[in-house]
Amino acid sequence: MATIIETKKLNLWYGDNQALYGIDSELQDKEITALIGPSGCGKSTFLKTLNRMNDLVDSCRIEGTVMFNGKNIYGDKINVTELRTRIGMVFQKPNPFPMSIYDNIAYGPRLHGVKGRKKLDEIVERSLRQAAIWSETKDCLKKSALGMSGGQQQRICIARALAVEPEVLLMDEPTSALDPISTGKIEELALELKKKYSIIIVTHNMQQASRISDKTAFFLLGKLIEFGDTEQIFNNPQDRRTDDYISGRFG
Amino acid sequence: MKIRKDTAEFLFKIIFLICGIAAVFCVLAISIYLLISGIPAILEIGLKDFLFGTVWKSEKSQFGILPFILTSIYGTAGAVVLGVPLGILTAVFLAKAAPPKIAEVIHTCVELLAGIPSVVYGLTGMTVLVPFIQKTFNLSSGACLLSAILVLTVMILPYIISVSETALKAVPKEYEEASLALGATQTETWFRISIRAAASGIIASVIQGVGRAIGEAMAIIMVSGNVANMPALFASVRFLTTAIVSEMSYAAYGSLQRNALFSIGLVLFLFILLINGLLRLVSERNSLK
Ligand SMILES: Nc1ncnc2c1ncn2[C@@H]1O[C@H](COP(=O)(O)OP(=O)(O)OP(=O)(O)O)[C@@H](O)[C@H]1O
Ligand SMILES: [Mg+2]
Repeated sequence: MATIIETKKLNLWYGDNQALYGIDSELQDKEITALIGPSGCGKSTFLKTLNRMNDLVDSCRIEGTVMFNGKNIYGDKINVTELRTRIGMVFQKPNPFPMSIYDNIAYGPRLHGVKGRKKLDEIVERSLRQAAIWSETKDCLKKSALGMSGGQQQRICIARALAVEPEVLLMDEPTSALDPISTGKIEELALELKKKYSIIIVTHNMQQASRISDKTAFFLLGKLIEFGDTEQIFNNPQDRRTDDYISGRFG
Repeated sequence: MKIRKDTAEFLFKIIFLICGIAAVFCVLAISIYLLISGIPAILEIGLKDFLFGTVWKSEKSQFGILPFILTSIYGTAGAVVLGVPLGILTAVFLAKAAPPKIAEVIHTCVELLAGIPSVVYGLTGMTVLVPFIQKTFNLSSGACLLSAILVLTVMILPYIISVSETALKAVPKEYEEASLALGATQTETWFRISIRAAASGIIASVIQGVGRAIGEAMAIIMVSGNVANMPALFASVRFLTTAIVSEMSYAAYGSLQRNALFSIGLVLFLFILLINGLLRLVSERNSLK
């Protein structure tokens, strides 16, 4: 397995508050990595350093390196918009744009210069199929995406992220706002997608982490406490704090 | 005790009702008055000759108001064409890009702009803008439709800016984040997502600006030359509003001229009703979403 993202001595501050402490990690290509840990431990913050969404926070300051395909994404010659097309993101709350389903999916490709009805039609269909939402949307592509259910909206958002053909998909608690059936669909989808994409998913749901992920990273108070095969983390944690957390003794 | 309280409650309800009725009464009174005083001249002149006649010469009893209608429409349209892009871009800057200190300075200016009495706009326009236009375009007089359009543009700007800014600020941050995460730049995100999501608010702001522009008289009478020509950018022109203002003071009581001025008022009123209707339509569509 090849490493796709590697962080070295990653420190992050919001103003005077340090939120990440010297994170060293290697995330593998075509795997699902789950980020777990109690609320406020820095999971979302870590995720957002990977596609530089933290740039939007004025007070945010970062030290260390994040290597993506061997290049430091905080280095000089990095094109942030290009980086974000290669590392897509799905948010906790489904956030389709207030436009038709079609325009939602076509948004990214259009942004990057794809023109022509036929080409866009193809991309839209392919992305919706990949996100396992094609059969539910194919007859109402012109309808507003906001009219769909929460679970459908989230899969539309996944399709929207896939439409720009990223290499990595970051997901921040993508199922926390969804019912069990929709959650199940998204989990199946993640397992399917990892054949083509590397997925990094934040979750508060231990079962979810153990069901779908290959690797698990346990965060606590801004530090990466333990990182390894999901099997090992859940059955044979090396650190007592990991053990305490996954067995529900705190957090 | 209980009864006293109930009586007070009842009394207050009556007072509220009366206050509410007062507003309705004013509108009704004005509408009825305008209809009664505006219709006779139209009947006497003939609706077609009145609305589509191109010559207004009260001394020769020629009362065609097409020049005024077109001037009002062109003037307003011109102000919209200039003011809307300027206003929206300013609103985007204020809502999304401006550093807080700069935004505060601009806010204060915009508020002041909204508070300046229209006669002051007129005075400034007359003493600064009109000579400037005259020199720049080498005209015999700078008092023309163009000057009026420029003054109107500045006058509707604060409406467009403040209402659009509110609408833009109300756009959920999640939309913008999603766009950025797809590799859009900030500017692309503002133009493709923020403005679109705020569209109905922005449209409402524009309609409000149109309402203000079409009803304005004082500021533009001082910069537009006030001659009943068919509108052209560098011609002296009269608007629906300024037509009324400029002749009302000397039109003989009961004369056709005076009645025709009321008819102009009626036409103006209908324009405003139309604009308000549009505004209602837009805000209703908005609240459905
Ligand atoms: N935009 C921000 N500005 C300032 N501080 C922030 C910001 N975002 C997060 N923080 C702080 O950084 C720390 C880590 O937050 P983060 O959102 O990464 O936690 P999390 O692990 O994702 O928590 P949760 O499970 O609740 O989502 C917290 O102390 C939080 O208060
Ligand atoms: Mg989080």
